[in-house]
Amino acid sequence: MRIGVFVCHCGLNIAGVIDVKKVAEEAKKIPGVVFSESYIYMCSEPGQKLVENTIKKYKLDGVVVANCSPSLHERTFRNVAARAGLNPYRVEIANIREQVAWPHEDVPEEATKKAIKVVEATVRRVKKNMALIPAKIPVNKKALVIGGGIAGIQAALDIADGGYEVYLVEKTPTIGGKMILLSETFPTLDCPQCIETPKMTDVSQNPRIHLMTYSEIEDVSGYVGNFKVRVRHKASYVDWSKCLGCGDCVKACPIKGIPSEVNRGLSDRKAIYIPFEQAVPLVPVIDAERCTKLLYEKKVAEGRIKKPSKPVKVCEKCQDACEPKAINFEDVDRIEEIEVGAIIVATGFELMPIENLPEYGGGKIPDVIDGLQFERLLCASGPTSGTPRRPSDGKIPETVAFVHCAGSRDPAHGVAYCSRICCMYLAKQAYIYRHFVHNGKAFLFYIDIRSNGKGYEEFVQRAKEEEGIVFIRGKVSKIFQRGDKVVLWGADTLTGERIELEVDLVVLGTAMVPSYGVKELASKLRIPTDIYGWLQEAHLKLRPLETVTAGVFIAGAAQFPKDITDTVSQASGAAGKVLALFSKPELTREPTIAQADIEVCAGCGFCRDVCAYDAITIDPKRKVSVVNEAVCEGCGACSAACPSGAMTLKNLAKTQVFDMVEVATEDYE
Amino acid sequence: MELKLRPEEIRNDLVKKVEELAGVNVFACYQCGKCSSGCPSVPYMEILPNQVLRLLQFGKVERILQTNTHWVCASCFVCSTRCPKDIDIAAVMEALRQIELRKNQDYLIVRRIDTEEMKEFPPIALVSAFRKLTA
Amino acid sequence: MKIAYYPGCTLKSTAKNFEISAIAVAKELGIEFVELSRWNCCGTVYSMTSDDVIHQLAPIRNLIRVKEDGFEKVVILCSMCFNTLKRANLLVQRDREKLGKINDFMYLENIDYAGDVEVLHFLEILRDEVGWDEIRKHVKNPLNGLVFAPYYGCLLVRPPEVAIDNVEMPYVLDRLFESLGAKAIDYPYSTECCGAYNTVSNPDIVLDRTYTMVNLARQQGADAIILSCPLCDFNLETRQKKVMEKYPDFHPLPVLYFTQIMAVAFGLPEDTYGFEYNPINPEGIFKKAGERL
Repeated sequence: MRIGVFVCHCGLNIAGVIDVKKVAEEAKKIPGVVFSESYIYMCSEPGQKLVENTIKKYKLDGVVVANCSPSLHERTFRNVAARAGLNPYRVEIANIREQVAWPHEDVPEEATKKAIKVVEATVRRVKKNMALIPAKIPVNKKALVIGGGIAGIQAALDIADGGYEVYLVEKTPTIGGKMILLSETFPTLDCPQCIETPKMTDVSQNPRIHLMTYSEIEDVSGYVGNFKVRVRHKASYVDWSKCLGCGDCVKACPIKGIPSEVNRGLSDRKAIYIPFEQAVPLVPVIDAERCTKLLYEKKVAEGRIKKPSKPVKVCEKCQDACEPKAINFEDVDRIEEIEVGAIIVATGFELMPIENLPEYGGGKIPDVIDGLQFERLLCASGPTSGTPRRPSDGKIPETVAFVHCAGSRDPAHGVAYCSRICCMYLAKQAYIYRHFVHNGKAFLFYIDIRSNGKGYEEFVQRAKEEEGIVFIRGKVSKIFQRGDKVVLWGADTLTGERIELEVDLVVLGTAMVPSYGVKELASKLRIPTDIYGWLQEAHLKLRPLETVTAGVFIAGAAQFPKDITDTVSQASGAAGKVLALFSKPELTREPTIAQADIEVCAGCGFCRDVCAYDAITIDPKRKVSVVNEAVCEGCGACSAACPSGAMTLKNLAKTQVFDMVEVATEDYE
Repeated sequence: MELKLRPEEIRNDLVKKVEELAGVNVFACYQCGKCSSGCPSVPYMEILPNQVLRLLQFGKVERILQTNTHWVCASCFVCSTRCPKDIDIAAVMEALRQIELRKNQDYLIVRRIDTEEMKEFPPIALVSAFRKLTA
Repeated sequence: MKIAYYPGCTLKSTAKNFEISAIAVAKELGIEFVELSRWNCCGTVYSMTSDDVIHQLAPIRNLIRVKEDGFEKVVILCSMCFNTLKRANLLVQRDREKLGKINDFMYLENIDYAGDVEVLHFLEILRDEVGWDEIRKHVKNPLNGLVFAPYYGCLLVRPPEVAIDNVEMPYVLDRLFESLGAKAIDYPYSTECCGAYNTVSNPDIVLDRTYTMVNLARQQGADAIILSCPLCDFNLETRQKKVMEKYPDFHPLPVLYFTQIMAVAFGLPEDTYGFEYNPINPEGIFKKAGERL
C-alpha cells in the first residue's frame, strides 16, 4: 500500500481550531502511509498540483484528502487523481471541517484528536477501496416535454433546433398555455398572441416535434436515457386528419351555456368547441359530458336507458354540418407508448379560486373577478372584444379597484409566498384600462410593489405618472356588494387612515398555485413536489432546472411563480440540459452504487422494497437481487436492510465501515 | 413629527411585556394594514392598529399609551382573524390596556356615568365595560 | 331530551324576551332546558392576557356546575357568554397547568374540572341535532313574505376556534329563516361589530355604527334584524332612540332574537314572544307579513 495523506488548513477554517501539522505528522505513523503533509488551501491550483505531483513522484495507489465536505471537493480531487494516472475511486475525503473543526471549535485539543482519528479511519477505508470504472448506459435521444404553454413550446423548439426529436404533450386541446390568454405583456405591452402564435406555428410545422394535444401522461417507467412513457390520447370525437377547422360544427351545435375555459367562465361555449381562433391545432373537440348524443350513448351502454329496437337519431347536428365528415362518435381514448431519454415538465400554473377568499365575496359577487378574467375582458379576442365591461350588467366600469396579495403572502389563510407577477400585471391592467376608459379611475391597493425585472420599475412609475393611477398602501380587509356597486374596506398606512371605496369593478391579484393534477403527474415521474405542490428542484441556487430524478427536468411556472422572461429562460436552459445529455454517445453513472453478492443473496426482496428509486429487481429465474446501475443513487438503504449481508455498497462495504468504527472507538474499550 | 429611534429601546422590557402578555412576536408584522382596514373602531382611533404594531417594533410603547387606540378597541377580533401572519392584535390591545390598568388607573371613570344612563344599561354592557376599561 | 342551560345575567333581566321565547321554542322541539344550579356570571369577556388565571375561574366554575348536575353538554343563548365559556374551556383543555391551578384554587368545589364539557350555542343544536327539516315540521305560521337581516355579530364566529359556522360567510341564520318560511338578505354587516362595550365609554361609536348598519339593512329590504346577543341588541335596538336624536333622518327598524321569530312561526302562545321587552315593537312586521300573502 502506498497511501498519501494531504491535510488542508483551509485558511483558518480548519487550522484555526485543529493543529493540522500534528495531524499530518500522526498520519505518517499509520501503516501504509508513505506521504503526509499539510497545505494552506488544498483545493487551490498549487494545492491540486501538489497532490498530482506527489501521486506521480511517490507512485501512490491511494489518496486521503483531509479537508471540507466531500460534496464540495470530492470531484476535484478525483479528477486530480485521474490526471495523475490513479483510479479516481482510490481517493477519499476525510471531512475535518464540517465534522470536526466547525462543531468543536471551543475544544481545539479534542478536535485535533478527533481529526487524527478521522484521517486514520479514512486511510483504513481507502485501503479496501476498489478501483471502479463508471457504468455506461445508452441514451435514447428523443425528448418528452409535458405541458404546451410558452415554457413547453420554447423547450420543444430548442431541442428540435438542436437536432433531436421531441414529443410535446398537452392536456387541453391546444397549445399556448396562459400566455395566449393575455391582452398585453408587461413591460413592453407586446400583444402576446402576436408573439406567441409564430412559435406555436413553428411547433406544429417542425418535422422533429410530435405535437400531442388533448393528451395526458398515463404512466412512466424506466430511467434516464431509457424512459418508457404511455400517453393517453383522449377521445375528441373528431378525426383531426379530415377536419378543416371551418367551425361549421360549432355553429350547428345546439348545446350552449357551458362556461368557457378560455374565457375563464366569463362567456359560454358549446358542447363541441374550438378553444380560440389561433388554436394549434385548429380543430374542435366534443365535450363528452355535455354532448347530448354521447351522454345518451353512455346511458345506453350503462343500461340506464333501454336500448331501442330501431336506431334512434339523437342529435347529430355537428356531423350533419360537417362537409369532410370528420365527426366520429365512436371515438375512444387511445394509449400510445413512446420511448424517450429525457423529460421536461412544464405544466405551468393556475390561479387560486376566489372561493378561497370569503372576505372578498367568496366568488359570489359577479363584479369581483381575478387577474386572468380581467385580462380576457381587455383582450381583443376575449368575450367583450377588448372593451372592459362589468360581468353583472355589461356596463363599462368608471372606477376599478385592483387588490394586491389576494391569497399570497398570507401564511394564515392562503400561501406564504409572493406570487411575483401580480404587482406588474395589476399595474399593467390599470394602465390599459385607463387607456381605454379615458375618464375612468383606477385604484391599486398594495402592500409592497415588486418590480424587479428589466424595465419593470420604470413601467410602474410610468403607469402611475402618465395615467394618474392612485396607489393605496394597505391590504383590503373586506369586499361586499352595496346596491349595484362594490365596496372595499381598506386602509392607507401611509397617511394612517382607513379607507372605504365604492367602485364598479374589483380585480383581485389572486395567488398563483400549481396546475391541477400536478401531484399525480409528479408521483408518476417519481419527482418530489414542495409543500405547496410546486415541482421541487434539485438545488434552489445551483440546479434549479434539474430534479433529484436523473433525466427529468423542470421549467417555467411549474417550478414556482415567475414571469414570461424567466419562463422562457428556464425553458431554454432545460432544453440545454437535455441537449447536453444527448450530446454524449452514452451516459456515465457514478459507480459507487449497490451490488449484490449473488452467491449469498437469497432473493428475499427486502432490498427491492426499501429502494426509493425502484432501482432493484429480483431476477425471477435466478432469484437474486439485480441492481440497475443506471438508476441506483448509492444511498445504501438496501445494504442496511439486507438480512444476509449479500448487498453491499461499493467502496463502503461493511468491512470498511467496521474498520472505521474500530478506529473511532479505539479509546473506549 | 420626529421619532427619535433609539437602538436600546428596540425590544426593551416593556415591549417584551406586551409580547409576553399577548403571546405575539411584534416583528412578525409586515405592516400590510389589513387589521386597520377591517377594524370597526378605527374612525375613532388616534393611531391605527398597524401603527400600534409599528411603534412596538420601534420600542415606543409610551407613545402608544398616550393615545386612545387600545381603549376604543371593541375586542371584535376581526384583526386577529384576518391577519396574514396570525398575530393576535386584539390580545396586543388587551395587553396595552392591562399595562395601564394594572397600575390601578381606570380608563372609564364609573362615577362619571350618568345615574339615569346607568339604569338603562343591561348587565352585559356594564360588566364588559368595567372588565375591559377599569382596574 | 334534556340539556343543561346556562342563561347568563342579562337573560334574566333586560333580555328576558330571549329566554322566554327560547325555552318555549326548545320545549316545542322536545328539548328541556335545565337551568344550571348555582350558576354565576361568566364575566362576559374572555381574559386574553397569558398570565391571567383568576378571570378564568368564573367561566370554569359554571362548567363544574354542568358536571355536578350530571350533564356533558351545556347550551347557551347569549353570544358573549357562549364565547367566554367556550374560549375558557378550550384554554384549559390546551393548558393543563392552568387547569391545575384553577382546580387547586377552587378547592372548595366538590369536583375538579377535567375539560370534558361541550359548550354549545343553541343555533348549533338547531342545526346539528334537530335539523332544519324537523323545524319546518313545527312551523304552523310560516313567515312567508318576511325578509330578515341575519346578524351574527363578532362572538359567534370569532376567533375561528369558537366559530359555530364559516367565519366569513356564516349561513346558519339564513337556513333558519328559510326553514321558517322567510328569506334572508345578503347582509354585508352580518359579522361586523356593533361596538360592544363602547356603548358605555364612547357611545358615539355605537350610535354611528347603528346608524350605518340599520340603514343598510333597511335599504336591502329587511323587515327586521335578527340576532343572538343582548349587548348587540342593546346597541342595535335600544340605542336606536339615541340614533334618532343624533340623526334626524333615521327611521327605526325592529330587532329581534332568533328565538322570538321561531316562537311566532311555531304558532306558540303570544306570552312566549316577549315582545314587551323589545323597545321597538315588532308586532307590525308580522301583521304586514300576513297582508303580503
